[in-house]
Amino acid sequence: MRTLEQTSRRRFLGLAGSTAVLGAIPIVTVRPAEATPAMLATAIRNVVGEAPVRIGKVKLDVPPLVENGNTVPMTVSVQNPMTANDYVKSIHVFNEKNPQPNVGNFYLGPHAGRAQISTRIRLADSQKIVAIARLSDDSFWSTSVDVVVTLAACTEEVI
Amino acid sequence: MASALINVPKRAKRGEIIEIKTLMSHIMETGYRHTATGEVVPRDIITSFVCRYNGVEIFHADLFPAIAANPFITFFTVATESGKFDFEWIGDKGFAETASASILVE
Repeated sequence: MRTLEQTSRRRFLGLAGSTAVLGAIPIVTVRPAEATPAMLATAIRNVVGEAPVRIGKVKLDVPPLVENGNTVPMTVSVQNPMTANDYVKSIHVFNEKNPQPNVGNFYLGPHAGRAQISTRIRLADSQKIVAIARLSDDSFWSTSVDVVVTLAACTEEVI
Repeated sequence: MASALINVPKRAKRGEIIEIKTLMSHIMETGYRHTATGEVVPRDIITSFVCRYNGVEIFHADLFPAIAANPFITFFTVATESGKFDFEWIGDKGFAETASASILVE
């Protein structure tokens, strides 16, 4: 009697667990489309074209653990002398999982003195952020940072 | 309604690298949020920001919905001569705002 009861409870819990898992799948698919790594790659290709993107020279400062994804301070700096012949043309920032892969494009010039920009961004999820710099010789340099977000931005309801 | 906060040093030495901080008050509605009834809130963001130093463009930026509300942007430039910085923000729904700041270069 007792064993029968235990089995049925176990079976019941097992069934409940599997239905919960099944139920979770539609919820995930109903969520707004996220930028996928493929969209990230496309967005990057739109900026750099066929040119190779090398790792280095760029520094991306973002807190590794973010409590509120609605406003995340971000600083991008590039190691560059910023002279008339060797300067940073532009800095492009991308993300992996917001609804849109672009974050911002920032265009500097030799007169900037220092290749550094700061702004505040939104992050819809824990994800990778990529910063790419275009130098005056049209070479591209990049870096990426992984950020953990506890409260996501963008998709909450308007009250 | 819209208002800008600009931080430019009042005076600088010739050739000095100065930091310019700008903040424009704006909701930066992403276009990805829904009301309780399920309607999408239409996108309303600032899409472009330009800074000119004595009429010459020294910095511009394309902004996307991933920029937080009240866009805060800082960047650097070399103080070459006394004059004026003009800032311009352009966005959705005909949003256009300007601001300016002057600098004395010694």
